[in-house]
Order: sequence, then structure tokens, then C-alpha cells
Amino acid sequence: MGKHTVFFHNKPIIKATYTLGGNKEGSGPLGREFDFILSDDYFGEKTFEKAECKMLSRAIEKSIKNASLKKSDIDALVSGDLLNQIVSASFAARDYNIPYIGIYNACSTMSEGLALGGTLVDGGYMKNVVVATSSHFSTAERQYRYPLEFGSIRPPQSQWTVTGAGAVVVSGGEKHGQALTSATFGKVVDYGISDANNLGAAMAPAAASTIECHLKEAKRKQEYYDLIVTGDLGALGSRLLKHLLEEKGIDISANHVDCGELIYNIDEEEYQGGSGAGCSAIVFNSYIIGKMKTCEINKVLFVATGALMSTVTTQQGETIPCVSHAVSVENV
Amino acid sequence: MAERTRNNPNEAYIKYVSSVSPKTKETRSLLNAFLVGGAICVIGQFLRYMFEFLFGMRGDELAGSVSVVLIFLSALLTGLGVYDRIGKYAGGGSIVPITGFANSVVAPAMEFRSEGFVYGLAAKMFVIAGPILVFGIASSVAVGLIYYIAGLF
Repeated sequence: MGKHTVFFHNKPIIKATYTLGGNKEGSGPLGREFDFILSDDYFGEKTFEKAECKMLSRAIEKSIKNASLKKSDIDALVSGDLLNQIVSASFAARDYNIPYIGIYNACSTMSEGLALGGTLVDGGYMKNVVVATSSHFSTAERQYRYPLEFGSIRPPQSQWTVTGAGAVVVSGGEKHGQALTSATFGKVVDYGISDANNLGAAMAPAAASTIECHLKEAKRKQEYYDLIVTGDLGALGSRLLKHLLEEKGIDISANHVDCGELIYNIDEEEYQGGSGAGCSAIVFNSYIIGKMKTCEINKVLFVATGALMSTVTTQQGETIPCVSHAVSVENV
Repeated sequence: MAERTRNNPNEAYIKYVSSVSPKTKETRSLLNAFLVGGAICVIGQFLRYMFEFLFGMRGDELAGSVSVVLIFLSALLTGLGVYDRIGKYAGGGSIVPITGFANSVVAPAMEFRSEGFVYGLAAKMFVIAGPILVFGIASSVAVGLIYYIAGLF
């Protein structure tokens, strides 16, 4: 056991996943990977907040169903999202009679949840845990930026919040499948970036710190992993991450991908790619896990990153503290 | 490169970030802004001539009527979800004219309608335009005072 890394000896298995994306995500390069695509962003609800809550609730429900379990088999729901007071997660949890552990680490919530869920199951305290996160472009946009119809220009270093929700069932006592083998909890890193439109640059040092720490404590080379998957650094953030790791003598250019870079056909509007808690949740739980199921890849390090600012701290001129948690997932 | 804390920013990293971050294409942005902003002004001028010619309007009445029509058009386009698309292309070109002001009032009003008429729509209506009003009115008072004082001598 390392200082920041826990190793899961009982190998908690990712038993089932469920992902749903918005219309824009559905028409992106990974559109066919998602289990469900929304036809409109309201999802039959009156407000975007209600829609996000419904998305998350659906992801939780369907993931339990995909795992051939009943709601009563689930011991805990570990869930979070981007909105103030993580309302989507908490409000979705009210539909379920399951103990609820609400978590927030911005866009790294999915890997944080997997690390926590893995720990709970591996320790033998629980048998089945659902981990779920979501984000919604329209709810995030109005919380963090401008009203949707306001005619402003997005700066070229900005990213586009993903509309999507993903849920995973982590179970103990299984022999084969995609197992969580270790988790590295990241520390908060702040290199002094204050531009809230350049989150990739703010988050890259956190990812670099966690990846370096994980490789050191797990005594692994970067080549050990078929894929190192970051959450939503985007094109610019990925470039910065490679630069930072190269300075430390770690070259991940051969096996690194970023969920934010994968999810869209990068064009004028999204600039650096996708972001948001839903971004890594839907890409990792559909595309990456799918590749593992077909054994195209067998060892993955999933490192989602989160920028922990709020609109208030940004307006007060604070720099952006970021965090990143890593979980290693391997076929067993 | 050692990890730093908030009071000790990593200057080398910040410098590297700004060297690789994509820059706004200024020439293109300025040209787009000029063309769209100019087009909005041409529409305004056209309305002015028409109102003068058709209804025989003059002075304040004429200026006011033209503004009202432009504001209405902008609000309509905002409601139809068109104005933000123009804005993405034109930037300052569609923000600076009076139509941009109307857009900045109508957009939050639509957005926050879900929180009710009073605390949502009405309270949040001036969330973007508010500062423009505050500084606009304050500077008009200041200019008025200077004008008055200068007129005493």
C-alpha cells in the first residue's frame, strides 16, 4: 500500500454500466456507443435541472437492471454532479431507497466515485455499489457562464460541457470481468491559472501529479497500461499534461487518450473538446469499457480531473485549484 | 518543476500555457464585427429614412421609433434563438449596438423564467445589462454636471 494509493486485493468488478448522452453527444464520433440518446435536452421535463436529474435517475435505474440486480440488492449509491449542492444527484437519489453518498469533485467525480465504491466493496463492507455522475450543458452554462440565448463569443481555449449521465455497478464476489485493481487519491494542485475558460490548462498539473504518484507507488511503468484515459482535459490540456509528464521523464504520448477529445468532432463551437462530470462518465463507461470487454485493451488507468472553482471565487480573482483521482481497471 | 501553492504560482507553467494556448483570430473577429455591426446600423439608418419619408417623423420622435423597432427585432430574434448565433459570429458587432443591449436583457429573462416571474424573470433580467445601466446613468449624470458647470462661466 502506497501513501496515496490503495490496492484492491479482492478485485471489485464493474458488473454493469449504463450511459446516456444528449443529442449533440449522440451525433459525435462515439454516438453509437451510448445506451441512450436524448431527443431533446429537456427530456420531457419543464426545466433543464429536472431533465438532468431524470437523466441521472435513468442511468442509475438501468445500470442496476443491466447488472440483473434489484434496487434492494444495492448497498449504496455514490453519486455527484456539477450543480450547486449537487442537486441532480441528491434529487435523483430520492427515487431510490438506497443509502446515498453524495460526492463532489467537479469533473473528476466519476473516478472519485469509482475509487470510493471500489474501496467499500473491496473492504467487504458492501456487496453492490452504484456509482453515477451527470452534467448538462444548459444547467452548467447558466450556473457558470451566460444565459443560453445571450450572443457572446466563446474564447478558443474553452470547452463544451457534455450533456450526459453514466452509472456503474461495482460488485464484489465476482470472478471475471473488468476489475478495479487500485486507486490513487489525488491532492489539490494549483499552478496559478485563473482563466475559468482554460480549465484544461488548470487541470493538467493535477492529472500529472496523480499519474506520477500512481506509477511510482504502484511501481509500474506507463507502458504497463494499454491506455491512460484522462477525463476532460481537452486538446490543449492533453498537450500540457504530456509536456508536464515529459519533464518528469514519463512519456505517455503512445497510450494516452482524453475523453473530452474523443467525444466531439472538434469544430468551431467546442474548441478544445468536451468537459463536465458527464464527459468522462459516458465515454469511460461505454467506449472504454466496451473495448475492455472485447479484450482489445486489458489494462486501463482512468484519471478524471476536476476544476474546483466556483463563479464567486473566479470573480474574486482566485486561481483554480484542481484535483484528479486515478483508478486502474484490468481484465481478470 | 516543483509543485506550487496558490500564493506561489508556477510562473514557468503559466508562461508555457500562454505560449501554446490558441489565440483569438483578431483580424477575422474585427472584420466580422465591423460587417455585422455595420449591417445593423445600415438597417437602423434605413428605418430612419423610411419613417421620415412615410410618417414625416422628426428629431426625438424619429430616433425613439427607430430604437424601438430595433429593440423589438432583437428581442424577437433572441426569442427565436437566432441572435446568439449571430453573436457567435459577430462578437462585438452584435453586442455594441442597441440590439445587443436588448439581447442581454431578453436572454436572462427567458433563461430564469423557470424560477418564476418575480424572483426569476424580473430579478435576473438585468443580470448582464445591469452594469451598463449603472455606469451609463452615472456617467451621464457626471457629464451633465460638467456641462452645467461649464455653462455658468
